[in-house]
Amino acid sequence: MYAATIGAQRYTFADLKTLLAKATPLRSGDRLAGLAAESGEQRVAAQYALADLPLTTFLNEAVVPYESDEVTRLIVDSHDKAAFGPVAHLTVGAFRDWLLSDEATIDTLTRLSPGVTPEIAAAVSKISRLQDLMIVAAKCAVVTRFRDTVGLPGRLSVRLQPNHPTDDARGIAASILDGLLLGSGDAVIGINPATDSPDRAHALLCMLDEIRLKLDIPTQSCVLAHVTTTLDLIGKGSPVDLVFQSIAGTQAANKSFGVDLALLQEARAAALSLKRGSIGDNVMYFETGQGSALSADAHHGVDQQTLEARAYAVARAFQPMLVNSVVGFIGPEYLFDGKQITRAGLEDHFCGKLMGVPMGVDVCYTNHAEADQDDMDALLALLVSAGVNFVMGVPGADDIMLGYQSTSFHDALAMRDLYGRRPAPEFEVWLTRQGLMDKANRIRPGELPDRFRALLPGA
Amino acid sequence: MIPKSGNRFSDKIMRQKKEVMTDVPQIGDLWTRLRQLTAARIGLKRSGASLSTGPLLDFQLAHARARDAVHAALDVARLAADLSALGLPVLRLASAVEDRQRYLMRPDLGRRLAAGEDTKLTPHAGRHDVVFVIADGLSARAVQAHAAPVLAKALPQLHGWRIAPLAVVTNGRVAIGDVIAGALNADCVAVLIGERPGLSAPDSMGAYLTWQPGARTSDAERNCISNIRPGGVGYDEAAFKLAHLLRAMRARRLSGVRLKDESDRLAIERP
Repeated sequence: MYAATIGAQRYTFADLKTLLAKATPLRSGDRLAGLAAESGEQRVAAQYALADLPLTTFLNEAVVPYESDEVTRLIVDSHDKAAFGPVAHLTVGAFRDWLLSDEATIDTLTRLSPGVTPEIAAAVSKISRLQDLMIVAAKCAVVTRFRDTVGLPGRLSVRLQPNHPTDDARGIAASILDGLLLGSGDAVIGINPATDSPDRAHALLCMLDEIRLKLDIPTQSCVLAHVTTTLDLIGKGSPVDLVFQSIAGTQAANKSFGVDLALLQEARAAALSLKRGSIGDNVMYFETGQGSALSADAHHGVDQQTLEARAYAVARAFQPMLVNSVVGFIGPEYLFDGKQITRAGLEDHFCGKLMGVPMGVDVCYTNHAEADQDDMDALLALLVSAGVNFVMGVPGADDIMLGYQSTSFHDALAMRDLYGRRPAPEFEVWLTRQGLMDKANRIRPGELPDRFRALLPGA
Repeated sequence: MIPKSGNRFSDKIMRQKKEVMTDVPQIGDLWTRLRQLTAARIGLKRSGASLSTGPLLDFQLAHARARDAVHAALDVARLAADLSALGLPVLRLASAVEDRQRYLMRPDLGRRLAAGEDTKLTPHAGRHDVVFVIADGLSARAVQAHAAPVLAKALPQLHGWRIAPLAVVTNGRVAIGDVIAGALNADCVAVLIGERPGLSAPDSMGAYLTWQPGARTSDAERNCISNIRPGGVGYDEAAFKLAHLLRAMRARRLSGVRLKDESDRLAIERP
């Protein structure tokens, strides 16, 4: 049991997961699950109690049982005690202070990351303000490589997301053309297919590969089909660069996605066997999002933000190229408004980076959430200043297949200009060669580069 | 690599390449043509790195319409009047949610009837083959406009079916149909409901069909016809699919994933 006394009132919390849930800044999903603090004072009492907790507590008490959950087993069994050593004596509150101190540098944080469990990252995020989440994340660098290098300090990459409601090849190519002209696509060119048809996925993979080869683009492609579909396609010789899968923070939630750790391992081994990466072998792409476990009724009474951090432990085990939270996609029953989406986006980025995961964020919202473009502008700017690895590039921010609003090619371009962030180095060289950069090194497309004609209908 | 649609672009591009180009919008004609291939917002005019005023306001308008659709209230009296032309009694029901904000935050309450509403159903309980439930969902506009016309075309295709009174529910979610079907003793439930509005379609209606629904029915046990609206799945097609799925459901005594392929084939084989 955990407790804190505020004035004459003593607050008690039955176990670690209850303490974490009550200490979590308010969000609708925890209310829906019946886990949220019942008053503002109870929440801060929980935060005091959490701040006093030794970090070692998290190594001794699991929030989801070790025996019945393979994600817990992964977290416990793969914990790097040597990396954890330098902070092993700290409490959660002291750990927050240490992270903000000048002692915590890119080098020390990189060495620390295998020692940070998701529950530790989640705990410290719960007693951090947005500013803290940004400052610490900005000191983390998680760099990955396949055909280009994503996550270097001073860089901002973009996933080009050219979705089309019927997977029409020409419609998708038109969106790719637009995105490339505006400097998007250095994280990945990634299509969410409208169906999970293997034939369709194969056709899209071939099209993406052909575009990449014709235009000689130093980037990777992905069709975001289910991992079993991609695995079959690899067996049949489809040109698979990155293997995609949605993942969550409990075994039961992953089961609802139709995956487990063994399957992900099998998929990674298959992708590695293709040896398609020219400068690195980060072959996995994962998406996550707060609320997915509750939505699958697989949350075990744990708050959604802690479970989200546990999904990063799953991701970390497979050395991914890209991981992003689709923060505002799941809907207002989990994150109600712009304020909740903003905080969740920064928490997700912070927890992922602290754990050594190459975090991007799909800064997004649905039309039934209390959010709009202003909220997205704010979150995007905060994330870019916090050093987010990549964001999404959707034509005009309007995904006509998935029916939600993300960030646009223009948004990414505006952020690169505002914060002086550059694309991935290999991709930047390519943009320059195509004549898409102006004298001030800004992406300012003029005439259509010769090679791009390959993307036009009739080419 | 891309299916050929003639070479009409090539000449244009060649001509443009000879001109001094300073910005993408100057190849505006290219975008006009490419936009015929996708509804995506491609080739938007920009100023510096940012969106120009025109496309900025276009987006704001689309978002405003979608937001208005989410928050619009269902005109129950008008919908009931439209439905009464179908010759079935119309019951007006409310979920356990009292307002739209609560509706968005508490999906569990939107799946339950308000206290006392079951007394409106009791007098109609009996042997029914199907009950149609019309719920506002996330777009009242969708069911306000499309529910009655689709039902008018679907009901005549269900010869000999014992059809329960039509149930109109405010602030309802899909699973509220399970409760209603249970109270009326109906074998199938078809919930017509306003879908999550997208920027391009704020008035899309969905139809969720379930065989012998109960408290433990999961979404995997439902069949769905999505994007019902004149610009998407039209009234005739929606009514056809609806009637065929219901018939297949009754014949095979199941619904959901296992029925999916067959229903698609039925739709394709349509005369």
